Amino acid sequence: MSITSYGFLLFAGVLLLLYYIVPRRFQWCLLLIASYVFYAFSGVRYLGYILATTLCTYGASRIMGRLKDRQETFLKENKAILDREDRKFYKASVKKRQKRWLTAALLFNFGILAVIKYGNFVIGNVGALFGVPGDDLFFRLVLPLGISFYTFQTTGYLIDLYRGDYEPEKNFFRFSLFVSFFPQLIQGPISRFGALKDELYGKHAFDRRQVAFGLQRMLYGFFKKMVIADRIMTGLSTISGDPTVYTGAYAFAGMIFYAIDLYMDFSGGIDIVIGFSQALGIRLPENFRQPYFAVSLKDYWHRWHITLCDWFKDYVFYPISTSPRLLGLSKKLKAAGHGGLARRITVYTGNLTVWTLTGVWHGAAWNFIIWGLLNGCFLLLSQEMEPLYRRFYARFPALKENKPWKAFRILRTFLFVSLLCMFDYYSGAAAAGQAMASMVTQFNPAVLVDGSLLEIGLTAWDYGILLLSLILVFIVSLLKERGLSVRERIAARPLPVRVLVWYGLFLIVLLFGAYGIGYDASQFIYNQF
Amino acid sequence: MDTLLEILNDLHPDVDFETCDTLIDDEILDSFDIVSLIAEISNEFDVTISAGDIIPDNFNSAQALWALIERLEDGE
Amino acid sequence: MKMKKILTVAAIAVFIAGTLYLLQCLVVPKYMGDVVEGNFMAEYYDSGKDHDVIFIGDCEVYENFSPQVLWDQYGINSYIRGSAQQLVSQSYYVLEDTLKYEKPDVVVFSVLAVPYNEPPKESYNRMTLDGMRWSRTKIDAILTSMTEDEQFLDYIFPLLRYHSRITELTADDFTYLFHRDPVSHNGYYMRVDARPAENIPEGRPLPDYSIDAAQMDWLEKIRLLCEENDVELVLIKAPSLYPYWYDQWEEQIADYAEKHHLLYINLLALRDEAGLDYQTDTYDGGLHLNLAGAEKLSRYFGAILQEKCGLADRRNEAPLSIFWEDQAAWYAKDRKMQEEEIAKEGR
Repeated sequence: MSITSYGFLLFAGVLLLLYYIVPRRFQWCLLLIASYVFYAFSGVRYLGYILATTLCTYGASRIMGRLKDRQETFLKENKAILDREDRKFYKASVKKRQKRWLTAALLFNFGILAVIKYGNFVIGNVGALFGVPGDDLFFRLVLPLGISFYTFQTTGYLIDLYRGDYEPEKNFFRFSLFVSFFPQLIQGPISRFGALKDELYGKHAFDRRQVAFGLQRMLYGFFKKMVIADRIMTGLSTISGDPTVYTGAYAFAGMIFYAIDLYMDFSGGIDIVIGFSQALGIRLPENFRQPYFAVSLKDYWHRWHITLCDWFKDYVFYPISTSPRLLGLSKKLKAAGHGGLARRITVYTGNLTVWTLTGVWHGAAWNFIIWGLLNGCFLLLSQEMEPLYRRFYARFPALKENKPWKAFRILRTFLFVSLLCMFDYYSGAAAAGQAMASMVTQFNPAVLVDGSLLEIGLTAWDYGILLLSLILVFIVSLLKERGLSVRERIAARPLPVRVLVWYGLFLIVLLFGAYGIGYDASQFIYNQF
Repeated sequence: MDTLLEILNDLHPDVDFETCDTLIDDEILDSFDIVSLIAEISNEFDVTISAGDIIPDNFNSAQALWALIERLEDGE
Repeated sequence: MKMKKILTVAAIAVFIAGTLYLLQCLVVPKYMGDVVEGNFMAEYYDSGKDHDVIFIGDCEVYENFSPQVLWDQYGINSYIRGSAQQLVSQSYYVLEDTLKYEKPDVVVFSVLAVPYNEPPKESYNRMTLDGMRWSRTKIDAILTSMTEDEQFLDYIFPLLRYHSRITELTADDFTYLFHRDPVSHNGYYMRVDARPAENIPEGRPLPDYSIDAAQMDWLEKIRLLCEENDVELVLIKAPSLYPYWYDQWEEQIADYAEKHHLLYINLLALRDEAGLDYQTDTYDGGLHLNLAGAEKLSRYFGAILQEKCGLADRRNEAPLSIFWEDQAAWYAKDRKMQEEEIAKEGR
């Protein structure tokens, strides 16, 4: 069920109604049922995958929890006879056993993901290595809905448990809801149990303001996704469809369009997810913070797909770069007089691992891995240049608060990020490289203004609608960047104004949204990750 | 504590670590800084800060970080 | 205070409903230009609904018979409820719909669609279904006809289906915001121009000539519906040279008619008796008849109807005569307009 279909609206509407009718202590049960019904819509046979992950994670979490409980009882009962060393030793042995269960569960969950998402990629490349065309060996498996998202969420849960951040959830059904909660299952955000549990299992009274704000946010999400992203799609596929014809300025236009499309589609979808959850009284973590206002690549990754970045930071980057082995190596290097290397080895290893994995997460293909590694390398490069920046600003302190300078940095970052995204936009690394090269070698800026852009499947109307819509999103983003809540400001206005604003936005989506027959129903770009 | 402040000042000469208590919340320390910091601390104090200890509460101020180091030295 | 609040909410509701309705009127296709078939279905409801004969079917009825001639020559009051590529299932529902308003003596159903069995197409679905008045019948018709890409909601709110036309509006969309001009003559689509039939292709051999059972079921349902309502069902094959009418199809339809004692007339086989000349009597090379052809055919078929179905001559009924006199004026006007246009364009 696509999130922009009538079916979804009907489903969400009925659920919302029931949610505030049933006794509050059953609200979470209703959500669980709804989540599984929703999941079944994407294909009943996929239920097996999510159930397997849920069961395995639940089992491992209960075992780890019991080990810890037993440890506590043991320590308490034998408080008198154990000295500090004994206690330490005992704790370490329990931790070790917990770790064994953790590892097994992680291997199982990531194993499922790896086989169905990356099996063909590995087979293809190994085959190529031995000169066998991989296509013959491919197995046909379609990705179950949201598998990357729920796998990450459950593994994060297990690691948090191992670290002792919270107690495991004992009720299997409540835990199942944490894994399958349907609006966020589709494309994130990736939540942490500690933050989500009270939201999910709490009793939610009907709060008119929350429901209204939630629905308003959904509407804004539909606007971003249907009026902007789905509309621009036609032009995008024309350009990427033939990188040998659409070169130079075309590739540049495609690059900008893709950056717009990606953000509008993904963040619009997230707005729908978070908005609907808000209408249910459930607060989810934000996933975007005006990413295209970032002044640097680092800043950008603090604003884009935030929950995924945090996941990688907490569960990959820190564990790797602070692993005893790496710290020991760093120590040894320092002792040997390689101070610079000692300082860098931890960060470099952690960072490059994270970005390889981030690339792989986005897709099982080389262009994504290249994209990830390029991000990692440039982040490291800018880290190395930090002293240079510092000296620069020491010399020109006025620039720090200078608006045009900031605008320049924003634009530069946007263009750079868009450039990297071309690896994602084109079907393969070679095509992307070709298009990038053509932007330098082919000088044909005339196509941007001589009407050629009207030949790629977008009409003058389309461009007009896109331009006005983008201006609207820009203004809203600017207000949000300044810390103002647009919805609250509108809510403070008299009723007729409020009606005009929201009804106006509704009409825009209704009339200018790219939906229904005559439009390729474009599924979410992030749907099956 | 002085050694810790020295390490911190090396990392960010422009920050007053003795008073600042929003090092994470205001994004003064990023993940690269934190990892460098942990490497330095493991060098100087012979304690290992594990990934699970990296939470804002432990890193928001020099005092909090110092408290963490003492806790770890204590072995609890 | 409370009163004021209720009034405000009511005013907002009216405002929203009003603007949505206006927008919907604006964006739905008006079918007043080249494609007028989209208006046929709705036009019926303005007619007198006291017909002796109702024609049901696709273009093979609405382009081949002239009710005006049937009246002028035989005093038969008839109406054609035809629409472009009307599926057999849709014919059933159109008949069911019609029977809600009147009980004609005879229903003439064109059988081409039964064996031909074209897959439903969205645009034709809309032309047949959008004009129908809302009723249980319309809902059933929609649910039966929808293609995989279609949504029922799009029929309830055509605004959802046609919203993208907002960027393609023409003057017609404003002129015909709330009304349409008549486009048919009791369901007959008049065409005056002529294009002779040449090189009509022989039918390609088919792997299987047996008529789909589901299609026959719909025909059976039509027959039973007529029986229940005491209406005589007459089956016809129109004299269109194309799509090709296979002998095997003819046999199966004829067998069916015989089995159920229905009158079945293959006008294609009788085209010479009807006096049709495919050099002058068709406007598109033999697919459909033009005015000259339709009038010849109507004269021929009217005689059969009168003879075999015993229809009375109603020309002595004053109100009907007045109605048909008015119709004749607009019939002549339409004809003249088309002739002038042809003269101007030199076709």
